[in-house]
Amino acid sequence: MADSNTVATPKTAESKPLFGKRERRLLVDPINDNNPITVQVLGICSALAITTQVSPAVVMTIAVIFVMGFANLFTSLLRHSIPKQVRMIIMLIIIAFLVTVVELSLKAINYPIYQELSVFIGLIITNCIIMGRLEAFAMADKPWPSFLDGVGNAMGYGAILIIVAFFRELFGSGSLMGWELFGPGPQFMINTEAHWWLSWYMPNNLMVLSASALFVIGILIWIHRAWNRKLIDVS
Amino acid sequence: MELINIFIKAAFIENMVLAYFLGMCSYLAVSKTLDTAFGLGLAVIFVLGITMPINWLITTFLLSESGLLGIDLTFLRFILFIAVIASMVQLVEMVIEKYSPGLYASLGIFLPLITVNCAILGGSLFMVAREYTFPESVSFGLGSGFGFFLAIVAIAAIREKIRYSNVPGPLRGLGMAFILTGLMGIGFMSLMGIDPGAIGN
Repeated sequence: MADSNTVATPKTAESKPLFGKRERRLLVDPINDNNPITVQVLGICSALAITTQVSPAVVMTIAVIFVMGFANLFTSLLRHSIPKQVRMIIMLIIIAFLVTVVELSLKAINYPIYQELSVFIGLIITNCIIMGRLEAFAMADKPWPSFLDGVGNAMGYGAILIIVAFFRELFGSGSLMGWELFGPGPQFMINTEAHWWLSWYMPNNLMVLSASALFVIGILIWIHRAWNRKLIDVS
Repeated sequence: MELINIFIKAAFIENMVLAYFLGMCSYLAVSKTLDTAFGLGLAVIFVLGITMPINWLITTFLLSESGLLGIDLTFLRFILFIAVIASMVQLVEMVIEKYSPGLYASLGIFLPLITVNCAILGGSLFMVAREYTFPESVSFGLGSGFGFFLAIVAIAAIREKIRYSNVPGPLRGLGMAFILTGLMGIGFMSLMGIDPGAIGN
């Protein structure tokens, strides 16, 4: 699905104890075998509404990688001093703190994208993958593997996000990252004669509607499981 | 009348699950059988109906510049909202456990899940963004809770039936649930033609 060779960073790969076989698996596994969206069914909530275009999806991916990596790191550092009964609230506060940092910096760096993402940046807090990984991994493991697990899961999540956004933007508005590729965009509506090479495609409005994200993910799951047959739901 | 409009708009036209994809995780995870879906739906209505007015009070009297403290504290919104939601869910859990052990036993595991249900936090954030008044926020909370309830009960009923159909192997389970939700979303989209303002007139 996503190419796995971009994952291993050559810099850390050299230092043997810091980036061994287990660490690599932590990073690569969530992209295919243990993908947060298509296998674990986590984190669908805040993701799908922002996949109509590629650039918000990329921003969202970066934000989630940051939040998830550090939330896992901090929780793992604090794991011995968190009482079991109130761990939910403590985890949420760690996540909420990181999300506030992301929100304020995005507001300062790129205001148009911030407005486009609106409440969905805030909804990273309730993104179930983050809670799920904190609960399942960071509460029980050392800081460095936890950090890698967070980054890996966020990348698996982001990979799906960007694939979905790619198809939705390409077929829905005939563009990629805002660049007009084909289809009569707003500026070509009048003079189609001069831009005939762009106007052969009629954008499919279904792909802009929210329902299409579900279809695209459903089909992605179909392809993923047909290719990786051990994931098929037997029940 | 305005309140009824907001309720209908939140439940049908701008359905949390089918129009905004909020609350998808528990929606997909708990919709395998009808009974549990029903219980979770009721719990969500309850929690949304309570947290929305509380969060309204917090934003108006605590966080805004014209509030009691006189300082603009809106940057604390996320942390306070999520704390309110988490403590409310905990409270609801304890109350149900004490007064209705039967309901608690059937809901048990799904109650804590509500804390990370994006529909709850999303509802509060939408309420702030749309600048609702206090009664409107109550109506919006109940309406979006009811919308979630409708969606989860409908998908659970369909998934129970579709188990007996001959779905291609790789599509079975999760894949089919996604495509069904998409079809339901298109169905609900036809309700967008309703003008909620016209109902009152």
